[in-house]
Amino acid sequence: MQATAPFGTASASSRETRRGFGDIDLLLVLAAVGLIACSTLTIGTATVTDVDGSPYYYLTRQAIYGMVGIVLMLLVSRFDYSRLRELSVGIYATMIASIVLVFLVATATRGSKRWIELPFFTFQPSELGKVLLVLALAAFVVDRARRLGERETTSRIVLLALVPAMLVIAQPDLGTGLVYVVITGAVLFVAGTKWTHFAVLGALGAVAVAVVLAGAPAVGIEVLKPYQVDRLTAFMSPTDDPQSQGYQLNQSITAIGAGQKTGRGPAGATQTRLDFLPEHHTDFIFSVVGEEFGFLGAALVLSLFALLIWRALRILTTAKNLYGALIAGGIVAMLMFQIFVNVGMTIGIMPITGVPLPLMSYGGSSVIVTFLAVGLLQSIHVQARAAAASKGRELIA
Amino acid sequence: MYREVERRPALSPQLALRVAVIGGIALVAFGIVFFRLWYLQVLSGDQYVAAANDNRVREIKVAAPRGEVVDREGRVLVDNRTGLAVKIRPDRLPEAEAAKTRLYDRLADVLPGLSRTEIRTRVREQLRAQPFSSATVKQDVRLPVVQYILEHQRRFRGVEVERVFLRSYPRRQVGAHLFGTVGEVTKEQLEEDERYRGVSLGDRVGQSGVEYAYDRFLRGKNGTTRVQVDALGTLKGRFPPQEPVQGRQLRLSVDYEVQRTAQMALGSAQGAFVVMDVRNGEVRALGSSPSFDPNQFAKVIKPSDFKRLSSEENGAPLSNRAIQGLYPTGSTFKLITAVAGLEGGLISPGEVVYDGGSLQVGGVTFKNAGGVVNGPVALRRALSVSSDVFFYRLGLEANNAGNGKLIQDWAKRLGVGRKTGIDLPGETEGLIPTPEWRNRLFRKKLTDRPWSAGDNINLSVGQGDVQANPLQMAVAYAAIANGGYVVRPHLGLRIEDADGRVMQELETKARRKVKVAPEYRRAILDGLRMAASAPGGTSADVFKKFPIPVAGKTGTAEKGAGRADQSWYLALAPYPNPRYVVAVTFEAGGFGAETAAPAARRILASLFDVKGEEKKVVKGSSRTN
Repeated sequence: MQATAPFGTASASSRETRRGFGDIDLLLVLAAVGLIACSTLTIGTATVTDVDGSPYYYLTRQAIYGMVGIVLMLLVSRFDYSRLRELSVGIYATMIASIVLVFLVATATRGSKRWIELPFFTFQPSELGKVLLVLALAAFVVDRARRLGERETTSRIVLLALVPAMLVIAQPDLGTGLVYVVITGAVLFVAGTKWTHFAVLGALGAVAVAVVLAGAPAVGIEVLKPYQVDRLTAFMSPTDDPQSQGYQLNQSITAIGAGQKTGRGPAGATQTRLDFLPEHHTDFIFSVVGEEFGFLGAALVLSLFALLIWRALRILTTAKNLYGALIAGGIVAMLMFQIFVNVGMTIGIMPITGVPLPLMSYGGSSVIVTFLAVGLLQSIHVQARAAAASKGRELIA
Repeated sequence: MYREVERRPALSPQLALRVAVIGGIALVAFGIVFFRLWYLQVLSGDQYVAAANDNRVREIKVAAPRGEVVDREGRVLVDNRTGLAVKIRPDRLPEAEAAKTRLYDRLADVLPGLSRTEIRTRVREQLRAQPFSSATVKQDVRLPVVQYILEHQRRFRGVEVERVFLRSYPRRQVGAHLFGTVGEVTKEQLEEDERYRGVSLGDRVGQSGVEYAYDRFLRGKNGTTRVQVDALGTLKGRFPPQEPVQGRQLRLSVDYEVQRTAQMALGSAQGAFVVMDVRNGEVRALGSSPSFDPNQFAKVIKPSDFKRLSSEENGAPLSNRAIQGLYPTGSTFKLITAVAGLEGGLISPGEVVYDGGSLQVGGVTFKNAGGVVNGPVALRRALSVSSDVFFYRLGLEANNAGNGKLIQDWAKRLGVGRKTGIDLPGETEGLIPTPEWRNRLFRKKLTDRPWSAGDNINLSVGQGDVQANPLQMAVAYAAIANGGYVVRPHLGLRIEDADGRVMQELETKARRKVKVAPEYRRAILDGLRMAASAPGGTSADVFKKFPIPVAGKTGTAEKGAGRADQSWYLALAPYPNPRYVVAVTFEAGGFGAETAAPAARRILASLFDVKGEEKKVVKGSSRTN
């Protein structure tokens, strides 16, 4: 691990002596790698019978995505994230362009256009968009750091964020769109936006939700598809109707509950094996963990997530500059939102929104993008340590 | 490891606060998730294990075969055969009307004789009555059709095939009225009737006949087949099944040979017969004509068939005339008048009355049948030649003696005009006219005149308003034959296991004993014996050369202008200590000696195993009633 960094780290490189991977946050690596390992194992056991003739179809693919992700994470950790600030306009434009591209060329899967077919890989721009949005918004905030108290700053940031969020929701992919909204809120929050601004934004948000759910349908405009509304409200009234969203929820809760303390094991997990649990390798992967490995398995995965969040928050506090802190804040919010919405969905306390569980759900875009985000956290960490190591340097925002 | 961090400037208080807020949210959220997981997996895990097993395990009910019904010699009267039924599971049925219509269309294509509309009506009606149990589209479907459906399950969503036991009646028309029908238990029966405890919706239970009366013995214990299925309902494995237990075997007191002979003796005529052991009420044969083939009811019967079988035009084959018929009894009633006259002190056995061929009462002349003049007759001869005048006098005297209801009281005492209590559902009560009855009708303007002596005179010879069925008459005759015991007729003899070992004797005690002086009984029996043997006896020529001494009474009841007379014969044999009573009636048989008595002779021949009677046609010539 003594290799030289492939990218220069000019701004913080007065004392570049050891440029190996020794200064990355090992606990953060442990959490991320542990989770992808759990994911691969669970997907492997859950999907043995899913693809005829190739029992390891999903297993091998998830393992490859994981390895690609780990390599990317390590590469990014050697790169000074601060240089991305200058590219913010380009990043923002790339993000918008890739999402718009989806509308033009994407293949519709189950009524939703989210993916672009590449030669080896189905790419989901909205996943990458999460990280791009964090980077772009953080840069815009830093640019206006001295005018943070102004309403204009807040509204400009919010408008900048709403464009991609609305585009993604229109795909339609409500869950990912909400992730964008949460990222925006978190960046503003960490930046120190006034509480009063948040109060106004919150009120506007509540009005928007009311209009979308109640107002617009009343006057005949369909903002959300009926199935989306069903999914959002299903957790409040689960049913046995196999056609309804509540059925998925019931099956998920049954799977998790049936896992009891130590799980039913991969062979005995009938909810998963007999397909009662829908989407068991993607959105409901946590239910599989719960059924196959019980409370113990679920607690292990949750602990790894807790470790991930803890390390990310810690990196947020030690960032060498505001840009780093904002990026870390956006990533923490993204991870937390996805974890709690997804896990909450599987245990019946959150609406069904189709948000993947980071590093657990099957899917190349999600896995690789999450590793990129972790790589950025590592970069912030590495840079902070380098900066702290050079005495007398000031932390400049 | 991170000690150098401490050397860095402290976080701004604002950022620290905000990070603390985020951390706090994470902590609370993790706490909630952990708590919820603990609740789901550790505290209520058992419940979800059960739910998961419920999910994958389908219990398929395997209906238990019902017990067989055998005659007193062990000859099988009712048994089972298996059939394949095509059913529809309501929970798998497509929701949309159009999808349902397509499904019914496909079913109609493969199930011969059923149209889409018929299938829809059938399913709809069954699901309305029993929303949660499978609706039978067709029972007894041929195997190739079943295989086709099973091979194209995707096209037949909601359709299932079940192996069912169907009742089979190898004797076809013989005894059809005894067995009754088997059908799915109704919701009302389940909710209101104690006897259906342990039965669940969709089970088939006896709905009439002995199937109903002895249902709790005949129905078995359903078994279950448990299979593992996936979310699409595809079979993934099997568990050891719980075998169904067949119901108990019911042995009837019926003698199949006698039953068959009696049924043949009636042929296609409308009528009924009863053969009963006078000592204990064991029914040896009981039937109604025309009969029907109960195998038609083993499947879902077509409405058109049902209509045909219950319509009056076709002789209403479904009705059991032996217990449901409401007929004037004709002269067979004279036995009751005789008992009433003797016990009421109106006459003694030897008292001679002059029969001048008619009796004048209040300006109305009551004549003997055919205007015959019998001269001086005592009770025995009066019964033998069926002197109407003799009994008219008794009727007139009874009307004026005591409460005026001497005959009516004795009829009731002997079991006529009331239910016999036989172990078959649906028997009728009949009617013994009384002054109160007619006067009440008159007050309500439902009849043209009040009670008069003439009504009692008519009653004394079984004419007029009296209505009874053959079984009631058999019970009354049995009581005179057995020393006054009014028996409770019954078909059930005992409950046995499948190998014929006795599980339970079905004991049936006589309902009551009436006091009739032995010399009176003797006189009446003698009179009946003379009727069947002495010169001039109404059925003497019918029983000429019959090896078993028979005592019997003919009856010919007028049923109003333009309608053929009801023909009766009541026989007790062997005289003088009868063991059996035989009651036969023909709705349009003319004189009793012409049709009913010859039929009784054939029945008696079978009962006493008299050879050479099968083909013999003996027609009586007596034109009396």
